[in-house]
Amino acid sequence: MQKGHTVAMSFPDAGAFADGSTPKSDLRLWLGKNASQLALAPSVVIVLVVIYGFMIWTGVISLTASKMLPNYSFVGFAQYDRLWSNPIWQIAVSNIFIFGFLFIGFSTAIGLALAILIDQKIRAEGFLRTVYLYPMALSFIVTGTAWKWILNPGLGLERLLHLWGWESFRFDWLVNTEYAIYTLVIAGVWQSSGFVMALFLAALRGIDEDLVKAARLDGAGATQIYRRIIIPQLGPTFMTVGVILMQQAVKSFDLVVALTSGGPGNSTNLPATFMYTQTFGRDQMAVGAASAIMILMTVAAIVVPYLYIDIRNNRDER
Amino acid sequence: MITRSLIIASIMLSASSTMSFAGGENVEVMHYWTSGSEAAGLDVLKQLLEKRGVTWSDSPVAGGTGMNMVQVLRARIASDTAPSAAQMHAQQVQAWAAEGVLTDLSDLAKKEDWAKIIAPELVPLISYNGKTVAVPVNVHRSNWLWYNKKVFDKAGVQPPTTWDEFNQVSEKLLAAGVTPLALGGQPWQEADLFENVVLGLGGADFYRKALIEQDQEAIKSETMVKVFDQLRVMNKFVDKNYPGRDWNLATQMVIKGEAGMQIMGDWAKGELSLAKMEPNVDYGCSPAPGTKGDYVWLTDNFGFFTTKDENRVKGQMEMASAILDKDFQEAFNIKKGSIPSRVDVSMDKFDFCGKAAYADRAEAQKTNTSLPSLTHNAATGATKTGVFLDVVSTFFETPTMTSQQAIDQLVAGLKSAE
Repeated sequence: MQKGHTVAMSFPDAGAFADGSTPKSDLRLWLGKNASQLALAPSVVIVLVVIYGFMIWTGVISLTASKMLPNYSFVGFAQYDRLWSNPIWQIAVSNIFIFGFLFIGFSTAIGLALAILIDQKIRAEGFLRTVYLYPMALSFIVTGTAWKWILNPGLGLERLLHLWGWESFRFDWLVNTEYAIYTLVIAGVWQSSGFVMALFLAALRGIDEDLVKAARLDGAGATQIYRRIIIPQLGPTFMTVGVILMQQAVKSFDLVVALTSGGPGNSTNLPATFMYTQTFGRDQMAVGAASAIMILMTVAAIVVPYLYIDIRNNRDER
Repeated sequence: MITRSLIIASIMLSASSTMSFAGGENVEVMHYWTSGSEAAGLDVLKQLLEKRGVTWSDSPVAGGTGMNMVQVLRARIASDTAPSAAQMHAQQVQAWAAEGVLTDLSDLAKKEDWAKIIAPELVPLISYNGKTVAVPVNVHRSNWLWYNKKVFDKAGVQPPTTWDEFNQVSEKLLAAGVTPLALGGQPWQEADLFENVVLGLGGADFYRKALIEQDQEAIKSETMVKVFDQLRVMNKFVDKNYPGRDWNLATQMVIKGEAGMQIMGDWAKGELSLAKMEPNVDYGCSPAPGTKGDYVWLTDNFGFFTTKDENRVKGQMEMASAILDKDFQEAFNIKKGSIPSRVDVSMDKFDFCGKAAYADRAEAQKTNTSLPSLTHNAATGATKTGVFLDVVSTFFETPTMTSQQAIDQLVAGLKSAE
C-alpha cells in the first residue's frame, strides 16, 4: 500500500525517467505506458459492478420467488408468465411503443424544423436559441407538473378559452383514458425538441457552404437544397438524436409520475412505472425484476445492432 | 492504487451507513408522517420518550402512501442497517414478520396485558406465529361520509343511509347545480369507494368473503355485479376534472360548497378543522351508505427490527410501551383525527365525529362487524390488494367496460397473484 502510494504521488514525472536504467525505472516505464489504463481502472470496476453486475443480479432475481426482499428459491420463468398475463403490463408495453414513436418522431421533426428556421441567418438568433433550449434545463418533474396544470380542463387551457368566450372549446385528453397517453407526448416533445434543435443546428453549421452554393448556381430552390443536399448529410446526427431520445423515452418515469401518476384508470403506465409499483408497492420484487429485464431486452434489441454497425464501420475506416 | 481507492470507498460507505450513537438508550424511527398534524402528533411521543431517557432519532421519508419509505426501508434492511422502528400498515406487519426481521414483543405484551387493552380485532394482525410483533398507534375509520350541511340544507336533502338513497340525493344535488360527490381519481380513492359499496350492498359477511377471503363464489356473484353497476352510476356524480386529484383537494370542494359530500377516512377531519369547519354545525359525518353499525378500520403500527445492540433493544421496548400510554393515545389521536387503538381511553376531549367513531367501534365489536379495510392494507396482502386497486380504477375510469368484464379481470388477476 505504502509503495503504491509513493508511486502514485510521483506519477507525473514518470516520463522523465523513461530512458533511465536503474531497476526502479522499469516500473516507471511500465507505469508511463499504462497510465491511462490505470487511471481508468477504478471507474471500469465501478461500471462493471454497478451496471453490469446488477443487471445480472436483476436477471437472477427475476427467476426467483422474491417478494418483499430478495430470496433465492428459483421458480424458472414463472414470473415472466405472470408478467405477461398482467393487463397493466400489457397497457404499459403498448404505451411505450405509442409514446416512443410519437415522442421521437415529433421531437426530431420539430427540432429539425426549428434548426432550419434558425439557420436562416435571422436576427436575435442567440436569444431565440436560448428560448428553445430552455425547457431542457428543467427536470421532467417540473415539466410534468406545469403541463398537468395547463392540460387540466378545469384549471388550464380549456378554462382559459372558456373565459375568453370560446365556450365550445374542449381539450380534456388528460382526464380521458384513451387520449391521456398523448399528453405525455406533448409534454415530452415540448421539453426535448429544443435540445434536438441544438444538435441539428450544430450539424447544419458543419455543412460545406460550397456545396450549397454550387447547388444554388445549378438552379436548385431552397426546398430542394434542404431535401436533396443538406438533410441527407445529417445522417449521423439523426442517429445520435434517435439514440438519445430513445433512452429518454424508455426511462421516462418522472414525467409520468408528475403528469398523470399512471392514471386515469392505469391508462398511462409505462414499463418503468410498472416496475417501480410492482417492486415497491405490491411486494412483487421478482415480477418487477422480470419487467426490468424485458425493458433491457427491448433496448438491447435496438442498440446492439446499432453498436455492431458502428464498431464495424470504425474498424473499416482504420 | 485500485486497492487504495477501494479501501477509501469502503470506509466512506461504512461511515455513512452505520448510524451509531454514543451510549444511552435510543430509537431511530422511520416514518412518513411529515404533514403538520402528523408531525405534531409524533412530537408528543418523542417528548414522552425523552422523559423516559430515550433519545429519538428521526428518519422521515416523505410521500403519503409510504411507498417511498418502503423503498428506503428495504435497502436499509438488506444492508443490515435497519432502523429501530418503522411505521407500517396492518398487513405490512404480517409481511415483515414473515421475513423474520421483527423483534418479539411478547414479554412486554404479557407484562402490560395488551390482550385486554388493545382493540380485539387488531390483535391477530400484530401477532405472528403466536408472538406479538408490532404495536398499533391509532385506528382510522374508512366508512365515513362527510357532507356540507349548508349545501344539504339548501338542496333539502338528508344524509343517505342506503346506496339507493345516495343516488336519489345525488340527483337532487345535481339538479341544484352542485357536484354530488367529491372524488379524486387515484386508484386508492376509487378503491375506497368500492369497499364501501361492497359493504353497503353486500353486508359484512359478503365483505368478508369477497374482500378478505377472495372467495370465488362471492366475487362472481350477482351482488358483485350490482357493486360495479353502482360504481358505474356514480360516474355521473363526480365532476369531470377528478382524475388524479389528491384527496385533500376533494375535501376542499366539500368545504367550499362546490361538492355535497365525500366518502373518505377520518383523516379528512384534519382538512375540515384547518378550514375552521365545526363538526355537526358546518359539516356532518355519518357512516357511508348502508354501513351503519359496521366499522371499517385501518391502523398504523410500529414494528421493531431485530438488533443485537442492547441499548437499542431497551429503546425499542420503551417506545412500544410509550405508544400505548393513555395520554399519548389521547393526544396523538386527537391531532391525527383517528381514535385510540386502546379500548379504555377517555374520549371526553375528542370531537363529535371522534366520539361517534369510538362508540360505533364498540358497537361493531359486539356484533362482529368491525372489518379490516381492503384499500389500506388491512384485509389482505399487497399483491392481492393491488389487483383490486388496478381493476377498480380501470373500471371506474373506462366507461365502456362492463361490470362482468371487471369481475373477470378480478378473477384472473387474483389467480395470478396466488
